[in-house]
Amino acid sequence: MSSIVASEVPAESGSSSGFRFAMLLPGGLVTFFLILFALGLVLFLALRGNDGSLLGAGFTADNFITVISDPLYWTVTLRSLVIAGLVTLATVVTAYPVAYYLAFHAGRRRGLLLFLVTLPFWTSYLLRVFAWKIVLAYNGVLNSALIESGIWSEPTLAFLNTPAAVVVTLAHAYAPFAILPIYVALDTIPKSLLEAASDLGARPFTAFRRVVLPNSMPGVLAAALVVFVPTVGDYVTPAMVGGPASTIIGSLIQSQFGKANDWPFGAALSVCVMMVILCVVLVARDADRRFGSRT
Amino acid sequence: MSATRTEANAGGRWLGLYVVAYLVFLYLPILLIPLFSFNDSIQAAFPLQGFTLQWYATLYGNPALSGALANSLVIATIAASGATLCGITVSYMDLYGSSPLAATISAISRLPILIPGVIVGISLLILVNLIGLGPSRIAIVLGHILVALPTTVVIMRSRFAAIPKTIREAALDLGASDWTTFRRVMLPLSLPAIISAFMLAFLISFDEFIVVFFLAGTEPTLPLYIWSQLRFPRSLPTVMALGTAILTVSFIIAGLAEVLRHRGLNVARRPALANPA
Repeated sequence: MSSIVASEVPAESGSSSGFRFAMLLPGGLVTFFLILFALGLVLFLALRGNDGSLLGAGFTADNFITVISDPLYWTVTLRSLVIAGLVTLATVVTAYPVAYYLAFHAGRRRGLLLFLVTLPFWTSYLLRVFAWKIVLAYNGVLNSALIESGIWSEPTLAFLNTPAAVVVTLAHAYAPFAILPIYVALDTIPKSLLEAASDLGARPFTAFRRVVLPNSMPGVLAAALVVFVPTVGDYVTPAMVGGPASTIIGSLIQSQFGKANDWPFGAALSVCVMMVILCVVLVARDADRRFGSRT
Repeated sequence: MSATRTEANAGGRWLGLYVVAYLVFLYLPILLIPLFSFNDSIQAAFPLQGFTLQWYATLYGNPALSGALANSLVIATIAASGATLCGITVSYMDLYGSSPLAATISAISRLPILIPGVIVGISLLILVNLIGLGPSRIAIVLGHILVALPTTVVIMRSRFAAIPKTIREAALDLGASDWTTFRRVMLPLSLPAIISAFMLAFLISFDEFIVVFFLAGTEPTLPLYIWSQLRFPRSLPTVMALGTAILTVSFIIAGLAEVLRHRGLNVARRPALANPA
């Protein structure tokens, strides 16, 4: 590693290779060892048979064959994609007007509002999910409020332990993720573009549709990605508010490393999830190009 | 023109209302936790049964809880230090190292954003078992460095990028070595951002559950303790009292980090004040 570093030293800056080595060491260790090597281990383990030992025994493609041939995994994968897709859609659509307001109308309140929308992100995710359990439970807030107000005569089980509860809870938990990228994209649109559109006679809505929206697409896609990735691999929310009909791919991976105790198969599922995410990233990048991103 | 402007103002007002409604949706479920933590009933339901502090009283003298709290504080401090150190060095070398290796490290360090927590957890679980460490507090620290890394890199990178290039060049021209320039010029100038990055990394580690679930040995962290208590309906009010305390501390730390981040940027815009020494 140090020989590569030394050969890259530009003559004019006169960097000492000791300084470079010390500065690259912490990040290099973390990125190459904890990220790349650990992910490589997952890929390696996915190709091994399960004999109860740490690294499995013998190379085999059985794990992937099971994932592809068993309809159960197709159902769960499809359900994960639908739930994560709905969460992403709900989060981005509801966040866009907030980001728009922040970029164009907030004025002096902008700093405070930005702080308020990002603040929940820094609080415990477990507690935010738990809060929804209080809201949706049989004797929870929503049921007691509906009965108090006379809309319902007795509490209903229809809220908790449904895929819909998972979607609402996740959309709430990841809401702050979506606002920032969209806001940044909107904020960097040159004001002259908007003035030009209005000077050339575009109605506000036309200006929005033809100028603002296309220019903010990179932010929208970035927002969709940062919401989609954690939701597709979540296992806490389905366990807490989802019930058995909401098992998603993250829950399956978690149980392979827990109760089911088949690490190689869990690793194979993880590799499949990373493949799905890779596809989504590629689609998003392609969409970014097609929508004529100018950033 | 004026017609367009009034139209835009009216639109702005509707949008403002929407933003208020959005904030209510964002905060209402979270604020239920403090509300019910003062409610004199086992069940979290309306109508409220009267004010009590008994759930907070049950927090005292609970050895499992104080053990988990101490564990979380130690882990968060070490993990935040590690993540901040990595954030500083990775983003500094990315901006000023002019080497492909530094740029690669910086790109990979932001990769955890695209990896679901469950996969970060299991990949590190395999790794720590392979090197003989096993699930332990060190394993949790490694996991949390990884989870907090994208945040510290992004904060430090934008901070270093906001420092005028001429300041670093002046230091180098006047004969300061790379090390001296970094330690005596660039680090002091970015101190508020360093503290802010540390605080946010601390919060991320302190509140983290998804990765820690796989990496914890016999000594749980605070979120794991809460998770274990959620199974018992009787302990829910105590969990809410604990949750309220955690929310309050998280809000305060996040608020301070935000103030520091902005103070740092304001100093950067006035380079004359930057180097009083």
